Amino acid sequence: MDRRVLDLWVGIFVAAGIAALFVLALQVSNASTFNTGESYRVIAEFDNIGGLRVRAPVKSAGVLVGRVESIGFDNEKFVARVVLRLDRRYTFPKDTIASILTSGLLGEQYIGLDGGGDPENLADGEKLKLTQSAVVLERLIGQFLYGRAAEGAPAGESK
Amino acid sequence: MVTENLVEIDDVEFRYDVRPVLKGIHMHFPRGKVIAVMGLSGCGKTTTLRLIAGQLRPTRGSVRVAGRPVQDLDQKQLYALRRRMGMLFQFGALFTDMSVFDNVAFQLREHTDLSQAVVRDLVMMKLNAVGLRGAHALMPAELSGGMARRVALARAIALDPMLIMYDEPFAGLDPISLGVIGNLIRRLNDALGATSIVVTHDVQESLKIVDHVYFMSEGVVVAQGSAEEIKAAREDYVRQFVHGEMDGPVPFHYAGPAYRRDLRLEPAHG
Amino acid sequence: MDNLAVRALRHIGHLVIDGVWRLGYASRFFLLVLLRSGPSFRRFPLTIREIYFAGVLSLIIILVSGLFVGMVLGLQGYDTLQRFGSEEAVGTLVALSLVRELGPVVCALLFASRAGSAMTAEIGLMKATEQITALDMMAIDPIARIVGPRFWGGVLSMPLLAALFSAMGVFGGYLITVVLLGVDAGAFWSQMQASVDLKEDVLNGVIKSIVFGVAVTAIALFEGYDAPPTAEGVSGATTRTVVTSSLAVLALDFVLTAIMFTGA
Repeated sequence: MDRRVLDLWVGIFVAAGIAALFVLALQVSNASTFNTGESYRVIAEFDNIGGLRVRAPVKSAGVLVGRVESIGFDNEKFVARVVLRLDRRYTFPKDTIASILTSGLLGEQYIGLDGGGDPENLADGEKLKLTQSAVVLERLIGQFLYGRAAEGAPAGESK
Repeated sequence: MVTENLVEIDDVEFRYDVRPVLKGIHMHFPRGKVIAVMGLSGCGKTTTLRLIAGQLRPTRGSVRVAGRPVQDLDQKQLYALRRRMGMLFQFGALFTDMSVFDNVAFQLREHTDLSQAVVRDLVMMKLNAVGLRGAHALMPAELSGGMARRVALARAIALDPMLIMYDEPFAGLDPISLGVIGNLIRRLNDALGATSIVVTHDVQESLKIVDHVYFMSEGVVVAQGSAEEIKAAREDYVRQFVHGEMDGPVPFHYAGPAYRRDLRLEPAHG
Repeated sequence: MDNLAVRALRHIGHLVIDGVWRLGYASRFFLLVLLRSGPSFRRFPLTIREIYFAGVLSLIIILVSGLFVGMVLGLQGYDTLQRFGSEEAVGTLVALSLVRELGPVVCALLFASRAGSAMTAEIGLMKATEQITALDMMAIDPIARIVGPRFWGGVLSMPLLAALFSAMGVFGGYLITVVLLGVDAGAFWSQMQASVDLKEDVLNGVIKSIVFGVAVTAIALFEGYDAPPTAEGVSGATTRTVVTSSLAVLALDFVLTAIMFTGA
């Protein structure tokens, strides 16, 4: 096998392989721009995070603005401490509300940000003041039953 | 210090797992001579070659090449020693993915820094010595058995070794090739001033060219001497081997029950 | 009856001990190959040659298989998703299946059958015709010179082949769903891009393919080097290469998937 022909084919192969990797990276995936230089951190505390996972999307008005970086547990206040990493292009006022929402009916959970009216914006590392925890199915059913029981009681008592 | 014997095998025993292959052999191979090691298959001839080359370690005794015990050498020293040895394998063992030229040039390219031009000249000289200079562009698959053997020989002497070992060089060759190989073994040995060890069971060809013969049987040396002495030997084993007699110490019949029993002329439990 | 059970147990014990011994022997061989990898890089043309034989010559089967797998994923995905009105998610389905799993795994299985068995046969034959011994006798380390370049050639080829497989598969999925079945091209690509993560999915897929490359090539080379120097020996070794490396790939895939894709 002539060395030059062999080298040519190997070169073509390697170039094609690297090109395929680039295609996969750029065209197929979301080649995210979230590295520490272009993003900032914001902290949110929740009573219940439900099924929220690390790397879950953070959306505002349905648009992806960041990702959940880490989820921890505050052992003194007994709440969940979630660190959000937001794209530096988007700033949010200090009174932004973070809620844990579900994609579709039974999809993955994500964090939705609703901007408030505060003229000052959140800085890197600041904590959100208001949050809304995830809807936990058992509690919802419990509330419903309790509500129904409360409704039915006066009628029963009048008997 | 130049020793008179290039290779000395002293009281060597070798066991493969628990099976004894060599049971205490003494052999000396003087410089500049062609020595044959003969015997039936399984008598330990090839094992002896491997011990000399350092591929195996004796369980007892010592194998010395150029005065140094082979079994004590580390990998680097062993490789340095092997660069001064050449080995011809039974069916050539040419590298099938390279041409004849590249096969012979292989060691020159791997072990030396010689320029392409010098390598080419050397390869052509070696191939000329074995009569195959015109075949240098062929691939091993295109060679006949005899030609492949000769190319392997050219490859074995590529670095002008001091010791050349032949493992069954005459096996499976036509009469002309037999003569050619035998001749080459002798001529190259004398031209290079090397020592040659030929492991073979071809009596006719080897006795024509060797200076000394060792006869092995079942792991021991049973006889030795010059070609004439071997031809005239009285020992039963040697005579049977040299003259190709049907029966002798090596029996014609494989061990088994009596003939009359197998023909059912006698009851089985006589 | 007691005899039969005892004999069976003894046979199993024998197999297990043999297997463990062989595993140890193979590990030592693998370590040697790694330690003596210097020449594979200092004399890179040797490795390039092996990339040709392992990678370039596998291109056709990898590209064609990738195309077909992608097309089938597109077809099946579309068929199922359209029942839920979600056929626009088919791009996500095809891309994630390929990049995370099918790309590395199927490519590794094909690589084992084509390149792995070829390596085993080649080295087995070299051993049977005493070429390996000849190298050793010429003071050239056969592991550094023959096995090393083949190992690195295989390891370097695998991730490239897996990427090509996945890329062809996505293209095949695109052909079937967008061009043939009428899924919206914009939805196809945008949904895919939203769901396939560079680090989580693509990178993990690449890591998988590298691990598989190491496993398949190492097994192929060991079986060839260890094969009995006869025709039956070499043929048995090539069969063992394909079977063992396929099982290894699937087992490793399970382990890697568990590590990479589950848990927070």
